[in-house]
Amino acid sequence: MSVPFLESVLLGAILSGTPLLYAALGEVIEERAGIVNLGLEGVMLMGAVTSFAITVQTGSAALGVLAGATAGSLFNLILALLVVTRRANQLASGLALMFFGVGLSALLGAPYIGSRIAGLNPLEIPTLAHLPYLGALFRSDILVYLAMPAAALVWWGLFRTRWGLSLRAVGENPTAAYAAGYSPRAIQYQALFIAGLFGGIAGAELSIGIAKTWAEWMTAGRGFIAVALVIFSRWHPLRTVWGAVLFGGAVALQLQLQARGASVSPFLLDTLPYLLSLGVVLIWAGGRHHAAPASLGRVFEGTE
Amino acid sequence: MRHRGPHLLGVLLVLVISLALVVITMAGATQRTTAAPPKLIVGILHIGSVTDGGYNQAHAEGIRYMQRTLPQVEVIEVENIPEGADAERVMESMVQRGARLIIAASFGYLDPALNVAKRHPDVKFEHPSGYKLAPNLGTYWANTQDGFYLMGMAAGKMTKTHKAGFVVALPVSFFLANVNAFHLGARSVDPQFETRVVFTGTFLDPGKEATAANALLDQGADVMAMIVDSPITVVQVAERRGAYSVGYHYVGVQKFAPKGWISGLAFNWGPLYVRFARAVMDGTWKSESIYGSVASDYLIIAPFGTAVPASVVRQVSASKQAMIGGQLRVFAGPIKDNRGVVRVAEGQILTDQDFGRMDWLAEGVVGQPR
Repeated sequence: MSVPFLESVLLGAILSGTPLLYAALGEVIEERAGIVNLGLEGVMLMGAVTSFAITVQTGSAALGVLAGATAGSLFNLILALLVVTRRANQLASGLALMFFGVGLSALLGAPYIGSRIAGLNPLEIPTLAHLPYLGALFRSDILVYLAMPAAALVWWGLFRTRWGLSLRAVGENPTAAYAAGYSPRAIQYQALFIAGLFGGIAGAELSIGIAKTWAEWMTAGRGFIAVALVIFSRWHPLRTVWGAVLFGGAVALQLQLQARGASVSPFLLDTLPYLLSLGVVLIWAGGRHHAAPASLGRVFEGTE
Repeated sequence: MRHRGPHLLGVLLVLVISLALVVITMAGATQRTTAAPPKLIVGILHIGSVTDGGYNQAHAEGIRYMQRTLPQVEVIEVENIPEGADAERVMESMVQRGARLIIAASFGYLDPALNVAKRHPDVKFEHPSGYKLAPNLGTYWANTQDGFYLMGMAAGKMTKTHKAGFVVALPVSFFLANVNAFHLGARSVDPQFETRVVFTGTFLDPGKEATAANALLDQGADVMAMIVDSPITVVQVAERRGAYSVGYHYVGVQKFAPKGWISGLAFNWGPLYVRFARAVMDGTWKSESIYGSVASDYLIIAPFGTAVPASVVRQVSASKQAMIGGQLRVFAGPIKDNRGVVRVAEGQILTDQDFGRMDWLAEGVVGQPR
């Protein structure tokens, strides 16, 4: 009846890590284009509330995911308006976007609290689902299966396409990119739009995939953890996978340790994911190669 | 190239934001329901959403009941008010709008309510689970331990794995007392029963609650219970994985578990709120600390689910009667904690006053209280 420890932790890691991974992938794209988005929390909430509401309205979780992703990207365009078009300070604009997202999602979601949905159902992959230890992985929902391919797709887009090259060029040196014939503003708009899609999907996985409920501020800080994961993974989409699994795994591990009756204070266990992240950053921070895009956070003033 | 003059996108942005602000202000404005000339205006503020299927909805349904019973009472109701200065401001504005009875329906509203109460001695205040009184502020709550004992009994009769999972927000004394009571109830019918506890560290994080519930079910638990603001997530995870669930706060949550619902301990604040309103209207209101029990009309055992046999329902009802009659006491010694220390000696009985100091989990509970 009971599930082996490893399998349980692994499944928990994937479950808690998936929304983080999608959100972090979005943030990687934005930051590679030179924009720090501290409003990711708000973007995720807009995705979460929209996907839940649409799933309640239509009964279709697929439409819910689609709507959540769209809502995330449209909401992220507010940031584009502020920091790209109006050249506002990125950190302040991001925080404003977060609070706006918290408030607006609470308002939009109020009529849907307490609604019942089927949500994203687990898709069982035949035979693989009965593997020892790993079986539980193959009884996940579609967004879980797509998470790692999404990371690969972002990597390919950023590092193997011309568009990715121009995006990274804008993040490193927008003036040079402009001189080379690219429009930094257009590229940043595109980056923010796509990042918003990912943020919205992250929220959708949380509300209609994992919890199957909507509650105000249900992201509970995951947007900020995703921003930290990007730094942790040194702006590389494939390394965010490890970051998300590690952090998600630490959350799952601490809950699992409690359920198994480990004789450690629950308060201490609750800090485990953060301690673990700190430890990894400490170990990794020694690397000489610091990969932050050179123009991250700077306002591109144009080229008059 | 710099754009000069009014920029279309900028104008659009201003429009969107002002529209959003208008919408937010309108929605934030309180809902007033007017009937004839009101004899009394009652203000109530909630910490969360009134449709949360849990703590807040229970209070809101109580107010609905009061409105139906006393149509001459007008209600000012606001949701999602943070504890602290915001709560104080909202209560102050309720007083300005004529409220003469204010229900400050969250634990953290106690001090703000005391502040406002001091400034307005003619307005009466009621606070759930408060531990301080003022001449115009009373408190109300009930002994939930007896109810959790009964829920534990039902869980002990239903389980096949002899294990329950309990998702709890924080290891605070009253919650530990509830978990212990649940466990003692289960052990009274199933001596090998085990209760596993996971503390999430927060009252509202559905994602974490789902992961916690899964971890407990992975440990072989086939009954889930919870003490968090909204029971919806834990009940749903249990139902999906074919486990039973025991709810808390609000009876309506059973719609999320048509198969696995056992029962739940729920607050039915309506009758109490009617009494408060009546007392204020005829001038008989007095400041007191009301502490009910399973015998009170406002603490109820939710309807049992279809999976529960009639014999179990009868046994639970019989125990409830024994509690009301005083023959059955939940914390009657000897009781050991899960480290083997005797916490309640033979012949000793813990009472309501002792629960506020409880810092241990009973023998057979897997979990760390500190």
